Amino acid sequence: MAVTESAITRKIVERASSGERVRELGFRVALLGCLLVAIVFLGVLIVDVSVDGLPFLSLEFFYTFPSRIFPEESGIQSALLGTLALMVLCAVFVVPIGVASAVYLEEYADRDRWINRTIEVNIQNLASVPSVVYGILGLAFIVRGPVDIFGLGVGQPTLLAGALTLGLLVLPIVIIVSREAIRAVPPSIREGSLALGATQWQTIWKQVLPGALPGVATGVILALSRAIGETAPLILVGAGAFQLFNPSIDGPFSALPIQIFNNVGEPEDIFRDLAAATILVLLGILLIMNSLAIYLRNRYENKW
Amino acid sequence: MKPLRFMSVAAPCVALALGAVACGGQQPGGGSGGGGAGGQTQQGSGSDFSQLSGTIRIDGSSTVQPFAEAAVELFSAEAPNVNISVGGAGTGDGFERFCRGETQISDASRPIETDEVETCEAEMIEPVELQVAQDALSIVTNRETMIPDNCIATEQLEQLLAPGSNVSNLSELGQGFPDQEVSLFTPGTESGTFDYFTEEVLETDAEQRTEGVQTSADDNQLVTGVSGTPGGLGYFGFSFADQNREQLNILQVDGGEGCVEPSIETVQNNQYPLSRPLLMYPSRQSLQQPEVKGFLTFIAENYQRIAEAANIVPMGQQSAQQTSQIIKTGQGGEPKPETE
Repeated sequence: MAVTESAITRKIVERASSGERVRELGFRVALLGCLLVAIVFLGVLIVDVSVDGLPFLSLEFFYTFPSRIFPEESGIQSALLGTLALMVLCAVFVVPIGVASAVYLEEYADRDRWINRTIEVNIQNLASVPSVVYGILGLAFIVRGPVDIFGLGVGQPTLLAGALTLGLLVLPIVIIVSREAIRAVPPSIREGSLALGATQWQTIWKQVLPGALPGVATGVILALSRAIGETAPLILVGAGAFQLFNPSIDGPFSALPIQIFNNVGEPEDIFRDLAAATILVLLGILLIMNSLAIYLRNRYENKW
Repeated sequence: MKPLRFMSVAAPCVALALGAVACGGQQPGGGSGGGGAGGQTQQGSGSDFSQLSGTIRIDGSSTVQPFAEAAVELFSAEAPNVNISVGGAGTGDGFERFCRGETQISDASRPIETDEVETCEAEMIEPVELQVAQDALSIVTNRETMIPDNCIATEQLEQLLAPGSNVSNLSELGQGFPDQEVSLFTPGTESGTFDYFTEEVLETDAEQRTEGVQTSADDNQLVTGVSGTPGGLGYFGFSFADQNREQLNILQVDGGEGCVEPSIETVQNNQYPLSRPLLMYPSRQSLQQPEVKGFLTFIAENYQRIAEAANIVPMGQQSAQQTSQIIKTGQGGEPKPETE
């Protein structure tokens, strides 16, 4: 059956007029061209950054603090730890809320009610709001907000305030990917579970969520890799550009993008090279995270 | 040796990402300042800062930022338990944060303005003005743009940049000026350098011509703009001009008493007409905190060394004495904003 089908398809293509074929070829070349533009630019960027930055990349670079006076011995310890801590705190905040929202919207919400549809449309919109806007939101409602949640120094430009701001930034993305992962669990699984006497909550907890987990994990990692590349919201929240101590949850913090931004603005040329080295580190982290996401997807993806 | 010590602390932190937060507190004292600053800072300063501890947030002018960073680096070698975070949001934004109590010290490349003082006082924060270094606002041109005697008068700058000016060719400025289309590159309105220039040279209230002027908050972009455009002319802080001598032409400035080149000397003896103080503003309250007072005392004692390390012009001896007097007594240093 399948053989005959593809034979028919091929026949149709062969029957296409020569004009059609020329057009198809042109379309293919155009697509290839688009791809090349992206790859060439990425290649040029990486080569350019590597030429400047590689000489500074050493093991010491990771565990020394930045130095204004001895730039050649400068490192990124405080910014690197800041970025890693932001990532972890952001995940702690965003995963439970994001997944719970997705479960509600997919499993409980009645799509015929206007309120649920409004929420859905708003989440789609929020996912494309520019990051600076989230920075302003974070400054106004977290750093300068009326409530100091948990007494942990939210209400000051602290690491926690930065992580919460980044969390708000990626929350819509996490909700959207989690919903897609939950939707991908076939209804037959739910129906089977319910037919065996499980409650709706048991069905979700024991069947739906485990099934959706690989998709959720992939989405969360991709969302976090967007979060750690952000500069603008952190600048607005008040991240420090230069600090010689490690971040604590209720204290000042720096992050890799902030340090890159700061170094690029210094008068001496050597700081531009340091910025290039820091860019390489950030690219490395992003590459590791994206590879992890691809690995998780391929390794644990469920086939129903 | 030093990197090894860092590693023993940092490695477990990196390994366990969450540890990044947990390790925060136990770091052995900001290290000896980014490696390298340690050894040679043991001698030389009079006071003992080793018992101080706490957190200080500094934000404000990006012109003062290198000075603040160098000060923090040298200070952290002597006061390992004081954690200081430095930002460079710009003079105006820095005051905004300062007046909300989000920072303890605000860097500024121009004196605080009346309305800013009022905002601060509404929040019960009283700013204290301290000079810490100096800067020469430098006028630069493209290397191929030859100005007669390599000197420009402040009137000519006014002619060129005053609001509504329509000078489009350098030859309009006077005899001997080349027949060349002029391209202007200056900092933007958020910058303290812009405020200083408009106030001192143009004598306007933060206004300059808008047509035909490219502005940027990033001084390196101004350097690139001027050095890449024939007929390019711009102004920014001395360190950016000094660092890019090979690509730029630094002009002498005539403020009515002859042409003077910007240099450490002419700035310190006030001959250069566009020399300006670089300032730090603690609040009267934060000046009571031992760690803030200690940090500022350290600056007053080591201003020369810090300025050299940051490639910034040190303040004169008299200003230094005044600064250290204010810190010591906690009295004086009231801002004197110009009343208009």
